[in-house]
Amino acid sequence: MSVDIDTVKRVARLARIAVDDEAASRMSGELNAILGFVEQLSEVDVENVEPMTSVIPTHIRMREDKVTDGGKADDIVANAPQTADNFFLVPKVVE
Amino acid sequence: MTIIDTRLPDPKRLISGATGEWEVIVGMEIHAQISSHAKLFSGASTAFGAEPNSNVSLVDAAMPGMLPVINEECVRQAIRTGLGLKAQINHRSIFDRKNYFYPDLPQGYQISQYKQPIVGEGVVIVSVGPAKDGSFEEIEVGIERLHLEQDAGKSMHDQHPTMSYVDLNRSGVALMEIVSKPDIRSSDEAKAFLTKLRTILRYLGTCDGNMDEGSMRADVNVSVRRPGAPFGTRCEIKNVNSIRFVGQSIESEARRQIAILEDGGTIDQETRLFDPAKGETRSMRSKEEAHDYRYFPDPDLVPLEFDQAYVDALAQHLPELPDEKKARFMEKLGLSEYDASVLVSEKAVADYFEKVAEGRDGKAAANWVINDLLGALNKAGKDIENTPVSPDQLGAIIDLIKDGTISGKIAKDLFEIVFSEGGNPGVLVEERGMKQVTDAGAIEKAVDDVIAANPDKVEQVKAKPTLAGWFVGQVMKATGGKANPQAVNVLVKEKLGIDG
Repeated sequence: MSVDIDTVKRVARLARIAVDDEAASRMSGELNAILGFVEQLSEVDVENVEPMTSVIPTHIRMREDKVTDGGKADDIVANAPQTADNFFLVPKVVE
Repeated sequence: MTIIDTRLPDPKRLISGATGEWEVIVGMEIHAQISSHAKLFSGASTAFGAEPNSNVSLVDAAMPGMLPVINEECVRQAIRTGLGLKAQINHRSIFDRKNYFYPDLPQGYQISQYKQPIVGEGVVIVSVGPAKDGSFEEIEVGIERLHLEQDAGKSMHDQHPTMSYVDLNRSGVALMEIVSKPDIRSSDEAKAFLTKLRTILRYLGTCDGNMDEGSMRADVNVSVRRPGAPFGTRCEIKNVNSIRFVGQSIESEARRQIAILEDGGTIDQETRLFDPAKGETRSMRSKEEAHDYRYFPDPDLVPLEFDQAYVDALAQHLPELPDEKKARFMEKLGLSEYDASVLVSEKAVADYFEKVAEGRDGKAAANWVINDLLGALNKAGKDIENTPVSPDQLGAIIDLIKDGTISGKIAKDLFEIVFSEGGNPGVLVEERGMKQVTDAGAIEKAVDDVIAANPDKVEQVKAKPTLAGWFVGQVMKATGGKANPQAVNVLVKEKLGIDG
Protein backbone atom coordinates (compact mmCIF):
# COMPACT_ATOMS: atom_id res chain seq x y z
CA MET A 1 0.00 0.00 0.00
CA SER A 2 1.36 3.37 -0.94
CA VAL A 3 0.12 6.80 0.03
CA ASP A 4 0.44 9.55 -2.56
CA ILE A 5 0.30 13.30 -1.95
CA ASP A 6 -3.37 13.56 -2.98
CA THR A 7 -4.33 10.93 -0.41
CA VAL A 8 -2.40 12.77 2.30
CA LYS A 9 -4.22 15.98 1.40
CA ARG A 10 -7.60 14.27 1.37
CA VAL A 11 -7.05 12.67 4.79
CA ALA A 12 -5.80 16.00 6.14
CA ARG A 13 -8.84 17.74 4.81
CA LEU A 14 -11.19 15.16 6.36
CA ALA A 15 -9.42 15.78 9.69
CA ARG A 16 -9.60 19.56 9.15
CA ILE A 17 -5.81 19.91 9.32
CA ALA A 18 -4.13 22.44 7.03
CA VAL A 19 -1.24 20.82 5.18
CA ASP A 20 0.76 22.58 2.47
CA ASP A 21 2.41 20.82 -0.49
CA GLU A 22 5.81 20.61 1.14
CA ALA A 23 4.40 19.06 4.33
CA ALA A 24 2.17 16.73 2.34
CA SER A 25 5.13 15.48 0.36
CA ARG A 26 7.17 14.88 3.52
CA MET A 27 4.21 13.14 5.24
CA SER A 28 3.61 10.91 2.29
CA GLY A 29 7.11 9.53 2.80
CA GLU A 30 6.63 9.17 6.56
CA LEU A 31 3.23 7.54 6.22
CA ASN A 32 4.57 5.07 3.66
CA ALA A 33 7.36 4.12 6.06
CA ILE A 34 4.86 3.54 8.87
CA LEU A 35 2.49 1.57 6.65
CA GLY A 36 5.38 -0.50 5.36
CA PHE A 37 6.28 -1.39 8.93
CA VAL A 38 2.70 -2.25 9.86
CA GLU A 39 2.29 -4.29 6.71
CA GLN A 40 4.53 -6.95 8.19
CA LEU A 41 1.44 -7.97 10.16
CA SER A 42 -0.17 -9.21 6.97
CA GLU A 43 2.31 -12.09 7.01
CA VAL A 44 0.37 -13.54 9.95
CA ASP A 45 -2.44 -15.90 9.08
CA VAL A 46 -5.54 -14.59 10.86
CA GLU A 47 -8.06 -16.75 9.02
CA ASN A 48 -11.02 -17.48 11.38
CA VAL A 49 -9.54 -15.37 14.18
CA GLU A 50 -11.98 -12.90 15.75
CA PRO A 51 -10.69 -9.33 15.94
CA MET A 52 -9.57 -8.62 19.50
CA THR A 53 -11.67 -5.89 21.06
CA SER A 54 -10.19 -5.98 24.54
CA VAL A 55 -6.97 -7.31 26.03
CA ILE A 56 -8.88 -8.94 28.86
CA PRO A 57 -11.97 -11.11 28.47
CA THR A 58 -14.65 -8.68 29.55
CA HIS A 59 -18.31 -7.98 29.04
CA ILE A 60 -19.86 -4.62 28.23
CA ARG A 61 -20.80 -2.64 31.35
CA MET A 62 -24.30 -1.24 31.37
CA ARG A 63 -25.91 1.63 33.22
CA GLU A 64 -29.39 1.91 34.75
CA ASP A 65 -31.83 4.24 33.00
CA LYS A 66 -31.58 6.98 35.60
CA VAL A 67 -30.90 10.68 35.20
CA THR A 68 -27.72 11.23 37.18
CA ASP A 69 -26.11 14.11 35.30
CA GLY A 70 -26.83 17.47 33.68
CA GLY A 71 -28.04 20.80 35.04
CA LYS A 72 -24.64 22.43 34.56
CA ALA A 73 -25.01 24.46 31.41
CA ASP A 74 -22.62 27.12 32.77
CA ASP A 75 -19.86 24.51 33.08
CA ILE A 76 -20.62 23.04 29.68
CA VAL A 77 -20.14 26.33 27.85
CA ALA A 78 -17.42 27.68 30.22
CA ASN A 79 -14.55 27.14 27.75
CA ALA A 80 -16.39 28.23 24.63
CA PRO A 81 -14.91 31.33 22.94
CA GLN A 82 -18.38 32.78 22.39
CA THR A 83 -21.74 32.03 24.01
CA ALA A 84 -25.19 33.59 24.42
CA ASP A 85 -27.81 32.41 26.94
CA ASN A 86 -25.80 29.22 27.43
CA PHE A 87 -25.83 28.42 23.72
CA PHE A 88 -22.51 27.82 21.98
CA LEU A 89 -21.99 30.38 19.23
CA VAL A 90 -20.13 29.24 16.13
CA PRO A 91 -19.56 30.88 12.76
CA LYS A 92 -22.70 30.40 10.71
CA VAL A 93 -22.71 26.97 9.07
CA VAL A 94 -25.42 27.58 6.46
CA GLU A 95 -25.68 30.33 3.90
CA MET B 1 -25.95 -5.59 -0.76
CA THR B 2 -28.06 -7.30 -3.37
CA ILE B 3 -31.50 -5.77 -3.61
CA ILE B 4 -34.25 -8.24 -4.28
CA ASP B 5 -37.35 -6.87 -5.95
CA THR B 6 -40.26 -8.40 -4.08
CA ARG B 7 -43.07 -6.58 -5.84
CA LEU B 8 -44.71 -6.91 -9.24
CA PRO B 9 -45.52 -3.73 -11.15
CA ASP B 10 -49.23 -3.00 -10.72
CA PRO B 11 -50.90 -0.64 -13.25
CA LYS B 12 -52.89 1.11 -10.52
CA ARG B 13 -49.69 2.32 -8.85
CA LEU B 14 -47.95 3.59 -11.99
CA ILE B 15 -47.40 7.25 -12.74
CA SER B 16 -48.16 8.47 -16.27
CA GLY B 17 -45.41 10.53 -17.86
CA ALA B 18 -45.39 12.21 -21.26
CA THR B 19 -43.84 9.12 -22.89
CA GLY B 20 -45.48 6.32 -20.94
CA GLU B 21 -45.83 4.78 -17.53
CA TRP B 22 -43.32 4.95 -14.70
CA GLU B 23 -42.98 3.08 -11.44
CA VAL B 24 -41.69 4.79 -8.30
CA ILE B 25 -39.45 2.86 -5.90
CA VAL B 26 -39.17 4.01 -2.29
CA GLY B 27 -37.11 2.88 0.66
CA MET B 28 -36.95 4.65 4.00
CA GLU B 29 -34.60 5.21 6.90
CA ILE B 30 -36.48 6.17 10.02
CA HIS B 31 -34.77 7.75 12.99
CA ALA B 32 -36.84 7.00 16.06
CA GLN B 33 -35.89 8.44 19.42
CA ILE B 34 -35.89 5.72 22.05
CA SER B 35 -38.18 6.35 25.02
CA SER B 36 -35.77 6.44 27.95
CA HIS B 37 -35.07 8.75 30.87
CA ALA B 38 -31.34 9.07 30.30
CA LYS B 39 -29.20 9.24 27.17
CA LEU B 40 -27.61 6.31 25.33
CA PHE B 41 -24.14 6.68 26.83
CA SER B 42 -24.56 9.23 29.65
CA GLY B 43 -26.76 9.98 32.65
CA ALA B 44 -28.14 13.26 31.29
CA SER B 45 -31.90 13.64 30.81
CA THR B 46 -33.65 13.20 27.47
CA ALA B 47 -36.56 15.53 28.39
CA PHE B 48 -37.80 17.70 25.53
CA GLY B 49 -37.85 21.49 25.77
CA ALA B 50 -35.24 22.05 28.52
CA GLU B 51 -33.11 25.19 28.86
CA PRO B 52 -30.14 25.28 26.41
CA ASN B 53 -27.31 22.91 27.35
CA SER B 54 -28.93 21.97 30.66
CA ASN B 55 -29.44 18.29 29.74
CA VAL B 56 -25.79 17.84 28.91
CA SER B 57 -23.14 15.82 30.72
CA LEU B 58 -19.41 16.11 30.10
CA VAL B 59 -19.74 12.90 28.04
CA ASP B 60 -22.29 14.51 25.70
CA ALA B 61 -20.10 17.59 25.36
CA ALA B 62 -17.17 15.29 24.45
CA MET B 63 -14.83 16.67 27.09
CA PRO B 64 -11.42 14.97 27.03
CA GLY B 65 -11.21 11.71 28.94
CA MET B 66 -14.93 11.05 29.11
CA LEU B 67 -16.01 7.47 28.42
CA PRO B 68 -19.37 6.21 27.19
CA VAL B 69 -21.29 3.67 29.34
CA ILE B 70 -24.34 2.19 27.65
CA ASN B 71 -27.84 2.60 29.08
CA GLU B 72 -29.32 -0.91 29.42
CA GLU B 73 -32.88 0.29 28.91
CA CYS B 74 -31.95 1.56 25.43
CA VAL B 75 -30.62 -1.91 24.59
CA ARG B 76 -33.86 -3.49 25.82
CA GLN B 77 -35.95 -1.01 23.83
CA ALA B 78 -34.04 -1.82 20.64
CA ILE B 79 -34.56 -5.55 21.20
CA ARG B 80 -38.27 -5.05 21.94
CA THR B 81 -38.62 -3.04 18.74
CA GLY B 82 -36.80 -5.76 16.81
CA LEU B 83 -39.21 -8.34 18.21
CA GLY B 84 -42.16 -6.13 17.24
CA LEU B 85 -40.79 -5.98 13.69
CA LYS B 86 -40.54 -9.80 13.66
CA ALA B 87 -36.84 -9.30 13.09
CA GLN B 88 -33.70 -11.24 13.75
CA ILE B 89 -32.07 -10.20 17.03
CA ASN B 90 -28.29 -10.27 16.90
CA HIS B 91 -26.76 -11.52 20.15
CA ARG B 92 -23.55 -9.73 19.34
CA SER B 93 -23.33 -6.27 17.83
CA ILE B 94 -20.59 -3.69 17.48
CA PHE B 95 -20.47 0.06 18.01
CA ASP B 96 -18.56 2.00 15.39
CA ARG B 97 -17.49 5.58 15.01
CA LYS B 98 -18.92 7.47 12.06
CA ASN B 99 -16.56 10.37 11.53
CA TYR B 100 -17.60 13.79 10.31
CA PHE B 101 -17.34 17.40 11.44
CA TYR B 102 -20.30 19.56 12.32
CA PRO B 103 -20.69 22.10 15.15
CA ASP B 104 -23.52 20.14 16.80
CA LEU B 105 -21.41 16.96 16.93
CA PRO B 106 -18.79 17.73 19.59
CA GLN B 107 -17.11 14.31 19.46
CA GLY B 108 -16.28 14.71 15.78
CA TYR B 109 -17.90 11.30 15.31
CA GLN B 110 -21.25 9.71 15.97
CA ILE B 111 -21.29 6.41 17.85
CA SER B 112 -23.39 4.18 15.62
CA GLN B 113 -23.53 0.58 14.45
CA TYR B 114 -22.27 -0.20 10.98
CA LYS B 115 -21.54 -3.76 9.90
CA GLN B 116 -23.02 -5.58 12.89
CA PRO B 117 -26.28 -3.95 14.02
CA ILE B 118 -28.30 -5.15 17.02
CA VAL B 119 -31.30 -6.10 14.84
CA GLY B 120 -31.32 -7.68 11.38
CA GLU B 121 -34.03 -8.45 8.84
CA GLY B 122 -37.70 -8.18 9.72
CA VAL B 123 -41.03 -7.31 8.16
CA VAL B 124 -43.94 -4.90 8.60
CA ILE B 125 -47.40 -5.79 7.28
CA VAL B 126 -48.93 -2.63 5.88
CA SER B 127 -52.59 -2.19 5.07
CA VAL B 128 -53.04 0.29 2.21
CA GLY B 129 -56.41 1.84 1.55
CA PRO B 130 -59.30 1.96 1.67
CA ALA B 131 -59.70 1.97 -2.14
CA LYS B 132 -62.84 3.43 -3.74
CA ASP B 133 -64.66 0.14 -3.15
CA GLY B 134 -63.67 0.21 0.54
CA SER B 135 -61.19 -2.64 0.28
CA PHE B 136 -57.69 -2.70 1.77
CA GLU B 137 -54.56 -4.10 0.15
CA GLU B 138 -52.02 -5.78 2.39
CA ILE B 139 -48.38 -5.40 1.45
CA GLU B 140 -45.21 -6.55 3.16
CA VAL B 141 -42.41 -4.05 3.61
CA GLY B 142 -39.13 -5.70 4.51
CA ILE B 143 -36.93 -4.30 7.26
CA GLU B 144 -33.25 -4.38 6.39
CA ARG B 145 -31.90 -3.61 9.85
CA LEU B 146 -32.25 -1.59 13.03
CA HIS B 147 -29.27 -0.11 14.79
CA LEU B 148 -28.53 2.00 17.85
CA GLU B 149 -26.87 5.39 17.52
CA GLN B 150 -26.47 8.78 19.16
CA ASP B 151 -28.44 11.82 18.12
CA ALA B 152 -26.56 15.05 17.42
CA GLY B 153 -27.20 18.45 19.02
CA LYS B 154 -29.34 21.16 17.50
CA SER B 155 -28.17 24.18 15.53
CA MET B 156 -30.21 27.33 15.04
CA HIS B 157 -29.23 29.57 12.17
CA ASP B 158 -31.79 32.34 12.41
CA GLN B 159 -30.80 33.96 15.72
CA HIS B 160 -27.82 36.02 14.59
CA PRO B 161 -26.55 37.47 11.29
CA THR B 162 -23.18 35.73 11.29
CA MET B 163 -23.32 33.06 14.00
CA SER B 164 -25.16 29.76 14.52
CA TYR B 165 -26.48 28.83 17.99
CA VAL B 166 -25.71 25.30 19.21
CA ASP B 167 -27.62 23.45 21.92
CA LEU B 168 -26.36 20.00 22.90
CA ASN B 169 -29.46 18.84 24.82
CA ARG B 170 -30.21 16.27 22.12
CA SER B 171 -26.57 15.29 21.77
CA GLY B 172 -26.24 11.66 22.82
CA VAL B 173 -29.96 10.87 23.01
CA ALA B 174 -30.54 7.28 21.88
CA LEU B 175 -31.92 6.74 18.40
CA MET B 176 -32.97 3.64 16.55
CA GLU B 177 -32.29 3.89 12.85
CA ILE B 178 -34.75 1.59 11.16
CA VAL B 179 -33.96 0.89 7.51
CA SER B 180 -36.63 -0.51 5.20
CA LYS B 181 -35.99 -2.46 2.05
CA PRO B 182 -36.96 -0.67 -1.19
CA ASP B 183 -40.33 -2.45 -1.16
CA ILE B 184 -42.54 0.63 -1.29
CA ARG B 185 -44.15 1.54 -4.62
CA SER B 186 -46.22 4.68 -4.05
CA SER B 187 -46.59 7.70 -1.80
CA ASP B 188 -49.72 6.13 -0.27
CA GLU B 189 -47.78 2.99 0.60
CA ALA B 190 -44.99 5.09 2.10
CA LYS B 191 -47.43 7.00 4.30
CA ALA B 192 -49.18 3.78 5.33
CA PHE B 193 -45.82 2.16 6.17
CA LEU B 194 -44.68 5.07 8.30
CA THR B 195 -48.06 5.23 10.05
CA LYS B 196 -47.94 1.50 10.78
CA LEU B 197 -44.36 1.63 12.00
CA ARG B 198 -45.25 4.50 14.31
CA THR B 199 -48.25 2.55 15.62
CA ILE B 200 -46.02 -0.46 16.37
CA LEU B 201 -43.46 1.71 18.18
CA ARG B 202 -46.20 3.34 20.24
CA TYR B 203 -47.75 -0.01 21.16
CA LEU B 204 -44.32 -1.21 22.22
CA GLY B 205 -43.66 2.02 24.12
CA THR B 206 -40.19 2.22 22.58
CA CYS B 207 -40.68 5.62 20.85
CA ASP B 208 -43.42 8.19 21.36
CA GLY B 209 -43.60 8.83 17.61
CA ASN B 210 -44.11 12.59 17.99
CA MET B 211 -42.85 13.84 14.67
CA ASP B 212 -43.41 17.51 15.51
CA GLU B 213 -41.00 17.21 18.45
CA GLY B 214 -38.49 15.43 16.23
CA SER B 215 -38.89 12.06 17.98
CA MET B 216 -39.34 10.49 14.57
CA ARG B 217 -37.80 11.65 11.29
CA ALA B 218 -37.63 9.94 7.94
CA ASP B 219 -35.04 9.95 5.18
CA VAL B 220 -36.80 8.91 2.00
CA ASN B 221 -34.99 7.27 -0.93
CA VAL B 222 -36.81 7.74 -4.21
CA SER B 223 -36.08 6.44 -7.70
CA VAL B 224 -38.21 5.81 -10.77
CA ARG B 225 -38.05 3.24 -13.58
CA ARG B 226 -40.07 1.85 -16.43
CA PRO B 227 -42.21 -1.04 -15.12
CA GLY B 228 -40.11 -4.20 -15.07
CA ALA B 229 -36.83 -2.35 -15.72
CA PRO B 230 -33.86 -2.46 -13.29
CA PHE B 231 -33.82 0.01 -10.39
CA GLY B 232 -32.95 3.59 -11.35
CA THR B 233 -30.60 6.04 -9.64
CA ARG B 234 -32.02 7.21 -6.33
CA CYS B 235 -32.09 10.51 -4.51
CA GLU B 236 -32.31 10.73 -0.75
CA ILE B 237 -34.70 13.28 0.75
CA LYS B 238 -33.39 14.07 4.22
CA ASN B 239 -35.21 14.72 7.48
CA VAL B 240 -38.84 14.72 6.44
CA ASN B 241 -40.76 15.44 9.62
CA SER B 242 -44.40 14.59 8.95
CA ILE B 243 -46.28 11.74 7.33
CA ARG B 244 -48.05 14.13 4.99
CA PHE B 245 -44.74 15.62 3.85
CA VAL B 246 -43.40 12.12 3.18
CA GLY B 247 -46.26 11.64 0.71
CA GLN B 248 -45.81 15.06 -0.88
CA SER B 249 -42.03 14.76 -1.16
CA ILE B 250 -42.30 11.39 -2.95
CA GLU B 251 -44.91 12.71 -5.39
CA SER B 252 -42.88 15.78 -6.30
CA GLU B 253 -39.53 13.98 -6.39
CA ALA B 254 -40.90 11.21 -8.64
CA ARG B 255 -42.32 13.82 -11.04
CA ARG B 256 -39.02 15.71 -11.05
CA GLN B 257 -37.07 12.57 -11.92
CA ILE B 258 -39.57 11.50 -14.60
CA ALA B 259 -39.35 14.96 -16.24
CA ILE B 260 -35.54 14.74 -16.35
CA LEU B 261 -35.52 11.20 -17.76
CA GLU B 262 -38.18 11.98 -20.37
CA ASP B 263 -36.06 14.93 -21.53
CA GLY B 264 -33.22 12.47 -22.10
CA GLY B 265 -31.31 13.46 -18.98
CA THR B 266 -29.88 11.36 -16.17
CA ILE B 267 -30.46 11.44 -12.42
CA ASP B 268 -27.55 12.45 -10.20
CA GLN B 269 -27.43 10.49 -6.97
CA GLU B 270 -27.67 13.22 -4.35
CA THR B 271 -29.16 14.37 -1.08
CA ARG B 272 -32.17 16.64 -1.32
CA LEU B 273 -34.39 18.60 1.05
CA PHE B 274 -38.17 18.87 0.94
CA ASP B 275 -39.53 22.41 1.10
CA PRO B 276 -43.08 22.16 2.48
CA ALA B 277 -43.90 25.75 1.51
CA LYS B 278 -43.15 25.11 -2.17
CA GLY B 279 -44.13 21.44 -2.10
CA GLU B 280 -40.95 20.43 -3.91
CA THR B 281 -37.50 19.02 -3.23
CA ARG B 282 -34.26 20.90 -3.81
CA SER B 283 -30.65 19.85 -3.87
CA MET B 284 -28.73 20.35 -0.64
CA ARG B 285 -25.63 22.49 -0.99
CA SER B 286 -23.38 20.34 -3.14
CA LYS B 287 -20.52 18.89 -1.16
CA GLU B 288 -17.03 19.32 -2.51
CA GLU B 289 -16.39 15.67 -1.77
CA ALA B 290 -18.59 12.70 -1.13
CA HIS B 291 -19.02 11.79 2.52
CA ASP B 292 -16.20 9.61 3.73
CA TYR B 293 -17.21 8.51 7.20
CA ARG B 294 -14.21 6.22 7.84
CA TYR B 295 -16.17 3.89 10.10
CA PHE B 296 -14.15 1.88 12.58
CA PRO B 297 -15.05 -0.02 15.78
CA ASP B 298 -15.23 2.34 18.78
CA PRO B 299 -12.34 1.37 21.03
CA ASP B 300 -14.22 2.76 24.07
CA LEU B 301 -16.93 0.13 23.77
CA VAL B 302 -16.56 -3.64 23.76
CA PRO B 303 -19.12 -5.60 21.70
CA LEU B 304 -22.69 -5.59 22.95
CA GLU B 305 -23.54 -9.18 23.84
CA PHE B 306 -26.50 -10.93 25.46
CA ASP B 307 -27.98 -14.42 25.32
CA GLN B 308 -31.29 -15.81 24.06
CA ALA B 309 -32.69 -15.96 27.61
CA TYR B 310 -32.33 -12.16 27.79
CA VAL B 311 -34.30 -11.83 24.54
CA ASP B 312 -36.91 -14.39 25.63
CA ALA B 313 -37.57 -12.52 28.86
CA LEU B 314 -38.29 -9.35 26.88
CA ALA B 315 -40.43 -11.25 24.35
CA GLN B 316 -42.53 -12.65 27.18
CA HIS B 317 -43.59 -9.19 28.31
CA LEU B 318 -44.22 -7.77 24.87
CA PRO B 319 -47.70 -6.20 24.62
CA GLU B 320 -50.26 -7.39 22.08
CA LEU B 321 -49.37 -5.66 18.82
CA PRO B 322 -51.81 -4.04 16.35
CA ASP B 323 -51.90 -6.97 13.88
CA GLU B 324 -52.73 -9.49 16.61
CA LYS B 325 -55.23 -7.14 18.22
CA LYS B 326 -56.97 -6.56 14.90
CA ALA B 327 -57.21 -10.31 14.25
CA ARG B 328 -58.64 -10.87 17.75
CA PHE B 329 -61.21 -8.09 17.33
CA MET B 330 -62.35 -9.67 14.04
CA GLU B 331 -62.40 -13.27 15.28
CA LYS B 332 -63.58 -12.94 18.86
CA LEU B 333 -65.77 -9.85 18.66
CA GLY B 334 -67.04 -10.24 15.10
CA LEU B 335 -65.88 -6.81 13.92
CA SER B 336 -65.41 -5.95 10.25
CA GLU B 337 -61.87 -5.49 8.96
CA TYR B 338 -62.51 -1.77 8.57
CA ASP B 339 -63.79 -1.29 12.11
CA ALA B 340 -60.99 -3.39 13.58
CA SER B 341 -58.38 -1.42 11.59
CA VAL B 342 -59.73 1.91 12.80
CA LEU B 343 -59.83 0.77 16.43
CA VAL B 344 -56.27 -0.65 16.53
CA SER B 345 -54.69 2.29 14.70
CA GLU B 346 -54.12 3.97 18.07
CA LYS B 347 -53.46 1.97 21.19
CA ALA B 348 -55.43 4.40 23.36
CA VAL B 349 -58.48 3.99 21.10
CA ALA B 350 -58.17 0.18 21.19
CA ASP B 351 -57.87 0.25 25.00
CA TYR B 352 -60.92 2.50 25.25
CA PHE B 353 -62.92 0.25 22.94
CA GLU B 354 -62.02 -2.86 24.93
CA LYS B 355 -63.28 -1.30 28.13
CA VAL B 356 -66.59 -0.38 26.46
CA ALA B 357 -66.92 -3.80 24.78
CA GLU B 358 -66.28 -5.72 27.99
CA GLY B 359 -69.47 -7.70 28.69
CA ARG B 360 -71.32 -5.95 25.85
CA ASP B 361 -71.95 -6.49 22.15
CA GLY B 362 -68.67 -5.84 20.32
CA LYS B 363 -70.27 -4.47 17.16
CA ALA B 364 -72.47 -2.02 19.07
CA ALA B 365 -69.45 -0.86 21.09
CA ALA B 366 -67.39 -0.48 17.89
CA ASN B 367 -70.12 1.57 16.21
CA TRP B 368 -70.41 3.92 19.14
CA VAL B 369 -66.67 4.38 19.52
CA ILE B 370 -65.97 4.87 15.81
CA ASN B 371 -69.02 6.83 14.66
CA ASP B 372 -70.00 8.78 17.74
CA LEU B 373 -67.03 9.10 20.05
CA LEU B 374 -64.23 9.52 17.48
CA GLY B 375 -66.50 11.78 15.41
CA ALA B 376 -67.31 14.00 18.37
CA LEU B 377 -63.66 14.09 19.53
CA ASN B 378 -62.56 15.03 16.04
CA LYS B 379 -65.16 17.79 15.84
CA ALA B 380 -64.15 19.13 19.25
CA GLY B 381 -60.44 18.93 18.35
CA LYS B 382 -59.75 16.59 21.27
CA ASP B 383 -57.88 13.31 21.35
CA ILE B 384 -58.82 10.11 23.09
CA GLU B 385 -56.53 10.81 26.05
CA ASN B 386 -58.76 13.67 27.20
CA THR B 387 -62.15 12.39 26.12
CA PRO B 388 -65.02 13.92 28.12
CA VAL B 389 -66.95 10.61 27.86
CA SER B 390 -65.34 7.77 29.80
CA PRO B 391 -65.64 4.13 28.69
CA ASP B 392 -67.96 3.54 31.68
CA GLN B 393 -70.25 6.38 30.63
CA LEU B 394 -70.43 5.20 27.01
CA GLY B 395 -70.99 1.64 28.23
CA ALA B 396 -73.87 2.84 30.40
CA ILE B 397 -75.51 4.54 27.40
CA ILE B 398 -75.26 1.31 25.39
CA ASP B 399 -76.76 -0.62 28.32
CA LEU B 400 -79.70 1.80 28.48
CA ILE B 401 -80.49 1.10 24.81
CA LYS B 402 -80.13 -2.63 25.29
CA ASP B 403 -82.55 -2.85 28.23
CA GLY B 404 -85.09 -0.71 26.37
CA THR B 405 -84.87 2.30 28.70
CA ILE B 406 -84.06 4.68 25.86
CA SER B 407 -84.43 4.53 22.09
CA GLY B 408 -81.43 4.59 19.78
CA LYS B 409 -82.35 8.09 18.70
CA ILE B 410 -82.58 9.43 22.27
CA ALA B 411 -79.27 7.70 22.99
CA LYS B 412 -77.57 10.03 20.49
CA ASP B 413 -78.99 13.04 22.36
CA LEU B 414 -77.91 11.53 25.67
CA PHE B 415 -74.39 11.01 24.29
CA GLU B 416 -74.19 14.67 23.29
CA ILE B 417 -75.28 15.75 26.77
CA VAL B 418 -72.71 13.50 28.44
CA PHE B 419 -70.05 14.71 25.99
CA SER B 420 -70.68 18.42 26.65
CA GLU B 421 -71.93 18.42 30.24
CA GLY B 422 -70.80 15.13 31.77
CA GLY B 423 -72.85 13.19 34.28
CA ASN B 424 -74.20 9.72 34.95
CA PRO B 425 -76.22 8.58 31.90
CA GLY B 426 -78.74 6.60 34.01
CA VAL B 427 -79.41 9.60 36.26
CA LEU B 428 -79.61 12.01 33.30
CA VAL B 429 -82.28 9.85 31.65
CA GLU B 430 -84.39 10.00 34.82
CA GLU B 431 -83.84 13.71 35.47
CA ARG B 432 -84.56 14.85 31.95
CA GLY B 433 -87.42 12.48 31.24
CA MET B 434 -85.72 10.77 28.33
CA LYS B 435 -87.09 7.32 29.03
CA GLN B 436 -88.65 5.45 26.16
CA VAL B 437 -92.44 5.28 26.40
CA THR B 438 -93.31 1.59 26.42
CA ASP B 439 -96.67 2.06 28.02
CA ALA B 440 -99.07 0.91 25.26
CA GLY B 441 -101.90 3.03 26.68
CA ALA B 442 -99.85 6.22 26.48
CA ILE B 443 -98.78 5.51 22.93
CA GLU B 444 -102.31 4.66 21.91
CA LYS B 445 -103.53 7.93 23.33
CA ALA B 446 -100.94 9.88 21.38
CA VAL B 447 -101.95 8.08 18.17
CA ASP B 448 -105.63 8.77 18.79
CA ASP B 449 -104.88 12.44 19.43
CA VAL B 450 -103.00 12.85 16.16
CA ILE B 451 -105.74 11.07 14.18
CA ALA B 452 -108.45 13.15 15.80
CA ALA B 453 -106.61 16.40 15.11
CA ASN B 454 -106.06 15.67 11.41
CA PRO B 455 -109.27 14.48 9.73
CA ASP B 456 -108.10 15.76 6.32
CA LYS B 457 -105.01 13.57 6.43
CA VAL B 458 -107.11 10.62 7.51
CA GLU B 459 -109.07 11.06 4.28
CA GLN B 460 -105.96 11.29 2.18
CA VAL B 461 -104.35 8.22 3.69
CA LYS B 462 -107.17 6.04 2.35
CA ALA B 463 -106.02 6.80 -1.20
CA LYS B 464 -102.34 6.93 -0.36
CA PRO B 465 -101.31 4.41 2.34
CA THR B 466 -97.68 5.58 2.39
CA LEU B 467 -98.93 8.69 4.16
CA ALA B 468 -99.05 6.54 7.32
CA GLY B 469 -95.43 7.52 7.82
CA TRP B 470 -96.54 11.11 8.38
CA PHE B 471 -98.73 9.96 11.31
CA VAL B 472 -95.85 7.99 12.81
CA GLY B 473 -93.71 11.13 12.59
CA GLN B 474 -96.36 13.24 14.31
CA VAL B 475 -96.72 10.72 17.13
CA MET B 476 -92.94 10.58 17.64
CA LYS B 477 -92.88 14.37 17.73
CA ALA B 478 -95.75 14.46 20.23
CA THR B 479 -93.92 12.00 22.51
CA GLY B 480 -90.60 13.83 22.24
CA GLY B 481 -89.04 10.90 20.39
CA LYS B 482 -89.49 8.68 23.40
CA ALA B 483 -92.07 6.30 21.97
CA ASN B 484 -90.88 3.03 20.49
CA PRO B 485 -91.11 3.72 16.72
CA GLN B 486 -92.04 0.12 15.84
CA ALA B 487 -94.91 0.09 18.31
CA VAL B 488 -96.16 3.42 16.96
CA ASN B 489 -95.98 2.15 13.38
CA VAL B 490 -98.05 -0.94 14.15
CA LEU B 491 -100.61 1.04 16.08
CA VAL B 492 -100.98 3.79 13.44
CA LYS B 493 -101.60 1.25 10.67
CA GLU B 494 -104.05 -0.62 12.82
CA LYS B 495 -106.03 2.50 13.68
CA LEU B 496 -106.09 3.75 10.09
CA GLY B 497 -107.02 0.34 8.79
CA ILE B 498 -103.95 -0.10 6.59
CA ASP B 499 -102.63 -3.62 5.98
CA GLY B 500 -99.05 -4.66 6.53
